[in-house]
Amino acid sequence: MSKENEASPDPLTASIVLGLAVGVFGISFGVLAVASGLSVAQAVAMSLLVFTGASQFAAVGVIESGGSTGAALGSALLLAARNGAYGLALSPTLTGRLPFRLLASHLVIDESTAMSTAQVDLASRRRGFWAAGISVFVFWNLGTLVGALGGDAIGDPERFGLDAAFPAGFVALVVPHLESIDGRLAALMGTVIALVLVPVAPAGVPVLAAAAAVLIGLRNPPSSAGSSVATEVAT
Amino acid sequence: MSWPALLALAGGAYAFKVLGLVVFGGRELPIRLSRCIALLPAALLPALIAVQTLSTDDRWVIDARAVGVGAAILAAWRRAPFPVVIVVGAAVTAAVRALA
Repeated sequence: MSKENEASPDPLTASIVLGLAVGVFGISFGVLAVASGLSVAQAVAMSLLVFTGASQFAAVGVIESGGSTGAALGSALLLAARNGAYGLALSPTLTGRLPFRLLASHLVIDESTAMSTAQVDLASRRRGFWAAGISVFVFWNLGTLVGALGGDAIGDPERFGLDAAFPAGFVALVVPHLESIDGRLAALMGTVIALVLVPVAPAGVPVLAAAAAVLIGLRNPPSSAGSSVATEVAT
Repeated sequence: MSWPALLALAGGAYAFKVLGLVVFGGRELPIRLSRCIALLPAALLPALIAVQTLSTDDRWVIDARAVGVGAAILAAWRRAPFPVVIVVGAAVTAAVRALA
């Protein structure tokens, strides 16, 4: 148990660190959105209402390269689809009244899912979800506003390696999932599925299709050693 | 992008989230299905790491990110705290880019 606790990062500190990196990308998004022809109000509204970074970058990217609105919506929604899978995985954690769950739904993204599911007990999972969700929401929207208003003082986030900050952060948050055999197999299969699909499927599909790897959970019998995640869900 | 298109995108993105968390989530499910659902982050997050690290658009790419994330994996494996893992990933990537 202590081993698992060690593997789970403190949600508050981790969420603020993650939020800061997200904020820098928010600035880039704001700059790109306005460059693609969106008004400042539209850029800000998109970050507030769509709140899925990869989808937003895809949408304005398609628009900027002269693509149709339909193509922009299509690419963006393909990237947004995996949030549905995250919502499903988070539903045992985010129980409660309907308005509460409708509000929580808006914050279901890569970061909040990773932060929440890296925790061992229900209270920490909830704290992880809200800490990461709110931190990312605040920094992403602040960044967008700054970028859209022309505050591109920071420059290209890639110069600081910030594009690698997200996979690096997710690495730390994936560790607790790898304690069970099923978790390791799902991770391995999911990774293979995604990488195989990268050259042939549109963006968003590779990660979404990795969900097929969870079928490993149908195996019989369950591995008793590492079923802490599954048993918590079942209760 | 027009306002109606922007709102359609917002509605669509939110619909996926609600579909997972509210519409399909929170139901009583057979234990095996629950086990599969609990494995979703274990399958999707490593896939996301791989795609963010090893691809650009629809191409496989090995570049500075692979070195940086490799260093982050090493740091996580040595049980470094979260902020350290994330800073190692970014700093090593930036250093490799600066040297290349």
